[in-house]
Amino acid sequence: MNKPFAPSAPVDMARERAAGIRDIMPVMIAAAPIGLLFGALCAGKGLSPAEAGLMSVLVFAGGAQFAALELWTWPVPIATLAFSTLLINARHILMGASLAPKMRGFSLGQKLAGFYVLTDESWALAERRAKDRPLTPAYWFAVAGLLPLSWVGATIAGAVLGSFLGDPARIGADFAFTALFIGLIAGFWNGRVSAAAIGASAAASAATYFAFGPPWHVAAGALTGIAAAYVAAPAGEDAPEAA
Amino acid sequence: MTIDPTTLAAILAMAVITYLTRIAGIFLVGRLALSGRAKAAFDAIPPAVLVAVIAPTALATGWPETLAALVTAVAATRLPLLATIAVGVASVVLLRMVAG
Repeated sequence: MNKPFAPSAPVDMARERAAGIRDIMPVMIAAAPIGLLFGALCAGKGLSPAEAGLMSVLVFAGGAQFAALELWTWPVPIATLAFSTLLINARHILMGASLAPKMRGFSLGQKLAGFYVLTDESWALAERRAKDRPLTPAYWFAVAGLLPLSWVGATIAGAVLGSFLGDPARIGADFAFTALFIGLIAGFWNGRVSAAAIGASAAASAATYFAFGPPWHVAAGALTGIAAAYVAAPAGEDAPEAA
Repeated sequence: MTIDPTTLAAILAMAVITYLTRIAGIFLVGRLALSGRAKAAFDAIPPAVLVAVIAPTALATGWPETLAALVTAVAATRLPLLATIAVGVASVVLLRMVAG
């Protein structure tokens, strides 16, 4: 599958764009019901459709947004929400560092604008494409730039509909967060090391919640889980990775 | 179309932090080669945070929630995300009915 790169040949922009649209379409369809759920839960927490939509436009990071909503209380704990967002989105740093060198045809401005819409899904699709052909701005802006339409549209629709639903606990929707997070956690599963991180984080978080209450359980659980992964991982594999 | 100023501040803080994590990699290329235990610890950040957020609901609310979380975890190993959520919500509703 290793086609030789031909940097001098003109890139067919329309085909690049079409490939990006084809790759992201299933993700856009899958994101819509999740966005509806996010919007409905926003309404349950007392956020207006405008606030819910604004968060999806400006933050555009599902995991961090759901976590923020779970931690949302009135008055709004801004520092807690910011810290949780930083921890959950820190993975973007490694994703960007891996993808940026593969974006040879991009100007710095195109990289800075393009990474505004960096997500797990668009990153995975772009990394896969970069394995056998050069990554083009036409492909990236299609594959990464269209997903917000689905996410933001569904968020606003969910927030409008959710305000008619009433108490989310009545239909078990308050548990949707927990179920969603368990599903997301399964996506990060990689065996023994993640088992150690998850077990340690759960125990430390629940214990801290009992002893001190929110919001300290998030930091306590996260840091304990990260430490457990460090200890559980095999030592001695410290040779630098090939780029 | 109401936007509360404190809510706006929280959203802006989250947005700025998220954007900085997204672009940081551009400037760290070649200087960020995590390996071994450091990489394992970094890779564990998202699941560790997600678990820490839900642990009080899953483990410290009542037995219906704890049991429903276990059912959901089993579902998550073989079902797509939306089906996993459906199984979780349905099981918590049923178990809460049993618990009264």
